[in-house]
Amino acid sequence: MAVTRTLRYQREADPEWTEWLRRQPGCEAFWECLQCGTCSGACPLSIYMDFTPRRVIALVREGFYRDALSCQTIWLCASCYACAVHCPRGIRITDLMYTLKREAIRRKVHPKGLPTPVLAQEFYRMVQRRGRNSEFWLVLRMALKSDPWALVRLARSGWRLLRAGRLSMRTEQIRQADQLRTMFAAAREGR
Amino acid sequence: MSERGQKLPSDVRVGVYVCHCGVNIAAVVDVRQVAQLARGLPGVVVARDYNYMCSDPGQELIRQDIRDYALNRIVVASCSPHLHEETFRHAAAAGGLNPYLVHMVNIREHVSWVHPDRERATEKACELVRAAVRRVVWHEPLEQARVSIHPDVLVVGGGIAGIHAALTLANAGKRVYLVERQPSIGGHMAMFDKTFPTLDCAACILTPKMSAVQAHPNITLWTLAEVTRVEGYVGNYEVEITRWPRYVREDLCSGCLKCIEACVYKDARFPDEFNLGLSKRKPIYLPFPQAVPQVPVIDPATCIQFKSGKCKKTCVEACGERGAIDLQAVPKVERVRVGSVILATGFQTFDPRRMPEYGYGIYPNVYTSLEVERLVNASGPTGGEIVLRDGRRPQSVGIIHCVGSRDRRHNPWCSRVCCMYSLKLAHLIRERTGAEVFNFYIDMRTPGKGFEEFYQRLLEEGVHFIRGRVAGVSDWALDPSEEGKLVLRVEDTLLGIVRRIPVDMVVLAVGLEPRSDAEELRRLFRVSCSAEGFFLERHPKLAPVSTFAEGVFVAGCCQGPKDIPDTVAQAGAAAAEALALIDRGSIEQEPNTAYVLADHCSACRTCVSLCPYSAISIVGGDGRPHAEINPALCKGCGTCVAACPSGSIRQHLFEDEQIVAEIEGILAGVAGG
Amino acid sequence: MALRRYLYYPGCSLRGTGVAYDESLRECFRQLGLELVELEDWNCCGATSYMAIDEGAACVLSARVLALAQQQAPGVDLVAPCSACYLVLRKTEDYISRYPEIRSRVEASLRKAGLPVQIGVQVRHPLEVLWEDVGPEAIRKRVQRHWRGGRVACYYGCQAVRPYGEVDRPIRPTRLDELMEAVNVPVVDYSLRTRCCGGSLTGTIHEVGLRLNYILLKEAVRRGAEAIVTMCPLCQFNLDVFQNEMERQTGEPFDLPVLYFTQVLGWCLGAELEKLGLRHLIAGRDLVERWFVKERPVEAYV
Ligand SMILES: Cc1cc2nc3c(=O)[nH]c(=O)nc-3n(C[C@H](O)[C@H](O)[C@H](O)COP(=O)(O)OP(=O)(O)OC[C@H]3O[C@@H](n4cnc5c(N)ncnc54)[C@H](O)[C@@H]3O)c2cc1C
Ligand code: SF4
Ligand code: SF4
Repeated sequence: MAVTRTLRYQREADPEWTEWLRRQPGCEAFWECLQCGTCSGACPLSIYMDFTPRRVIALVREGFYRDALSCQTIWLCASCYACAVHCPRGIRITDLMYTLKREAIRRKVHPKGLPTPVLAQEFYRMVQRRGRNSEFWLVLRMALKSDPWALVRLARSGWRLLRAGRLSMRTEQIRQADQLRTMFAAAREGR
Repeated sequence: MSERGQKLPSDVRVGVYVCHCGVNIAAVVDVRQVAQLARGLPGVVVARDYNYMCSDPGQELIRQDIRDYALNRIVVASCSPHLHEETFRHAAAAGGLNPYLVHMVNIREHVSWVHPDRERATEKACELVRAAVRRVVWHEPLEQARVSIHPDVLVVGGGIAGIHAALTLANAGKRVYLVERQPSIGGHMAMFDKTFPTLDCAACILTPKMSAVQAHPNITLWTLAEVTRVEGYVGNYEVEITRWPRYVREDLCSGCLKCIEACVYKDARFPDEFNLGLSKRKPIYLPFPQAVPQVPVIDPATCIQFKSGKCKKTCVEACGERGAIDLQAVPKVERVRVGSVILATGFQTFDPRRMPEYGYGIYPNVYTSLEVERLVNASGPTGGEIVLRDGRRPQSVGIIHCVGSRDRRHNPWCSRVCCMYSLKLAHLIRERTGAEVFNFYIDMRTPGKGFEEFYQRLLEEGVHFIRGRVAGVSDWALDPSEEGKLVLRVEDTLLGIVRRIPVDMVVLAVGLEPRSDAEELRRLFRVSCSAEGFFLERHPKLAPVSTFAEGVFVAGCCQGPKDIPDTVAQAGAAAAEALALIDRGSIEQEPNTAYVLADHCSACRTCVSLCPYSAISIVGGDGRPHAEINPALCKGCGTCVAACPSGSIRQHLFEDEQIVAEIEGILAGVAGG
Repeated sequence: MALRRYLYYPGCSLRGTGVAYDESLRECFRQLGLELVELEDWNCCGATSYMAIDEGAACVLSARVLALAQQQAPGVDLVAPCSACYLVLRKTEDYISRYPEIRSRVEASLRKAGLPVQIGVQVRHPLEVLWEDVGPEAIRKRVQRHWRGGRVACYYGCQAVRPYGEVDRPIRPTRLDELMEAVNVPVVDYSLRTRCCGGSLTGTIHEVGLRLNYILLKEAVRRGAEAIVTMCPLCQFNLDVFQNEMERQTGEPFDLPVLYFTQVLGWCLGAELEKLGLRHLIAGRDLVERWFVKERPVEAYV
């Protein structure tokens, strides 16, 4: 029988990172967390997470950012805000999850093999280019990149959608896509 | 203006004392430098810094200097005048100086505690001291007025706090008026069966005290009564109390209760307030068996006679010769004069309808803790049987702690008693039904005497303790075992696992909050409220039952959530403070009152209506009418001084010269810097 | 009733899988004398994905939508029927006003694009518009057809009632139920009304997404609902499209129509059948046929 050894050295904690996190929009209040677990109880996805939302807060408070950034939890979060509206301290846990997602992608430490980050990035790229997302192409690209087998399953629902007149294979695009690109560029400089 | 500042009264000799307050001030402010600066100011004869000015040797320093240097003005730069103005005035008086020739500068709360930068903090302290020296020069000797203290006391609220305070005072031989809004005294405690942590029977310990109130020759008890007007000041309050009709005369009723029996309603039909609607009562009823007074009350909202005027009035018939029932009764106004007041109006519980996630008012088997107190009570709606609204006996019960408490969206404070009463209810439910009981808590708070032991006992009794705040209660069944149950979804934070726990009954440990009408009472008695809405004590540690209105004291949960032991202790303390005041017979009044320069006054009456204490009247009607201020009523708020269009009102300790000189002192520093 | 005008921001979903929402919303509003003017050259709101990649870009993206609205019709409310769009736009407004760092980036980008920098657009969900600008009482008075369908479970989903929104209270909202009752559609007490459908999870972590929707459907059925009424294209999609698959996996039969509230309302208010987008529904076709189409509708109710 394999046994695992779990021990955290205090040197693994990074209080500066916690301070940084606290300055991010929507993350101001996590310091006030009571560890009451209401967020986890309210979350419809907590039962699939490797750390419940409450434990994610405990991790970031203590500065164990590696665990917080590489866990599956943040990619299971559906951004439904159930946690945020139930939290007795008014902590916007969802916004914290978003910040962790961004940071995980930036540091490239998100768990490999999960399609959620792939979808987010594909979506981002498509809209960056065309200003709109075209569901059909988005799903296709995501499947090709993460799990081509999913296409078999998707084909079935795709067929149903097609019959119901709900599947458009057109690529949607805004007229002034260049305007949007200028804006992104300006925003990057304006920070 | 500046010529005033230059024209120094010739013979002033100022002493300046800068306090270190240990490190409280000295760690941030360079006290030596402040004293140094003071030494160079016009009129200053001596300036010192000292470790603790409020200590005996510190005060002695002032006394000695008055003698040695013939000082006639004193400036102390230390903490807030709230804390030590009295101290230094006494010291000056002991040295033979009129106490109002002393002025204090707050370089702790206003400087060292709020500014981190040493240099700039020192600079600010210097400026404040310079201003104070310029000001104190203009101080004049003042005499204190004495007002006598009327020995009678008004107690508002007849819960355990009001009862205990009233009895303490009455036993000391004082006359007490006890005003209670409900038809009976007793408050929340009368609703409980047992009290934590000893589990003694609430009625057994409360009922004798309630009867004692009724029987005491020194206590006048008015139930169904409310204070509607308050005038006057410490020692001499004039209070108007409105007594709403009971429609049964207390002086004639023998408490036989035949009227209730005889009511044309054969069955009780209307929700019983005392049982929180868990049972029914008739239009004529006794709130609960041990009610004091033991006199029925008629509810005009449900009585046929009041609604249509066409009742057979069988109650009147049943009362017969006694004739205690008086359907013509009208509200009655009583006016009393008292010297002090004790506010003991208690709390209300949080309304869980504000948190729909817990399903109160949606699922019938979700109860508040107060409702369950009635359910477990032997004289309650079920005779002490714990049964659900559908008559079933629960086999599993979930008690949710902190409902509405520790919650930024509702009440951010901890209600202090809920953990303990939840343990009590868990014990009683388990004892009487054998049900499986789950307590859902965030932190278990059992800090009182014998409390931790009680928790230990519950642990041994096999009650479940799950550390986690329940996210929601619903009748959503995900599994056949959950059909027909209420399901609690909660993270068991000690396991780090989300659990679904089906139960038959949910108890919401609702928190304690200020009564919704506390604000009205606050205004009537001119006390203050904390941000939460509880009455504010004068000092959280050193004056816990006094308020900012002199002669008005607080006791019990109207000041903040607390249990019965603390409530009783506080009620005793409030009674003792009132007794101390009465025993002194009279008190000195701060002479910071406003006064009218009669020659300048045009009797325009602007001030009369503005004065919040009704201290101003117009006198001299036949000759030259002018305003006059009753110094006993004046609180020195300064409203009239600022408002007088002709500048004919002035105020002791806030004379124009004093204020202008103080401002100039500050500005001199700014101009110089 | 005076004709009221709104700017309309359909969002990407209503161009694809949510086309029925688009059609029925337009028709429903027309019935009530509310005019919808589509925002010109609108772009995607960024949904949940953008925030996960780049917060600044996410805000710029939705700020463009807001600025277009400001430019094309200042002072006119912007209707966003997709709950995700609604939340994202409102959250962006909140972030711009609350965080100077984000505001300066957004303003720099708008300035560069020649778009208005001062934005005062009120973003609203159609349910909010119907509730506040028309009101359940007025709607009740305009009922033209008598509902002959079964009981429905009103499903609010998450985004529209969450912290940045004002459609209804976030926990146990009631407005959709009350609106349905106003047009005589019986509702069941559906305690999962705001439980998340998983959004894009059905596309990414399929098993989990499927399970979430299975739970929602199962509880609706247990409650005695014969259909679900939704107010978000993603919810409708998730609940509608995978019923077959669930049936295959669990062996429990599922064939519940998953309707947009605008379809039900529109029908009750006497809309033209063809304009309600009913043909785009996938599950529960028989019931849809029976409730909405088959027999001649009973005219002139009341
Ligand atoms: C469910 C529950 C269980 C509890 N169990 C326990 C326990 O087991 N042990 C324990 O130590 N503590 C217990 N407590 C706490 C206990 O109830 C309080 O400590 C105690 O009741 C406080 O007494 P009080 O007199 O300050 O207030 P209250 O009991 O609220 O009495 C105030 C009285 O003032 C009257 N009043 C209010 N406003 C006015 C007005 N304007 N004019 C005239 N009259 C007015 C009210 O009618 C009432 O009679 C429990 C509390 C709750 C909620
Ligand atoms: S609900 Fe709020 S306070 Fe409670 S554990 Fe979650 S984040 Fe912390
Ligand atoms: S927002 Fe994310 S973490 Fe919060 S309840 Fe929803 S899924 Fe869970």
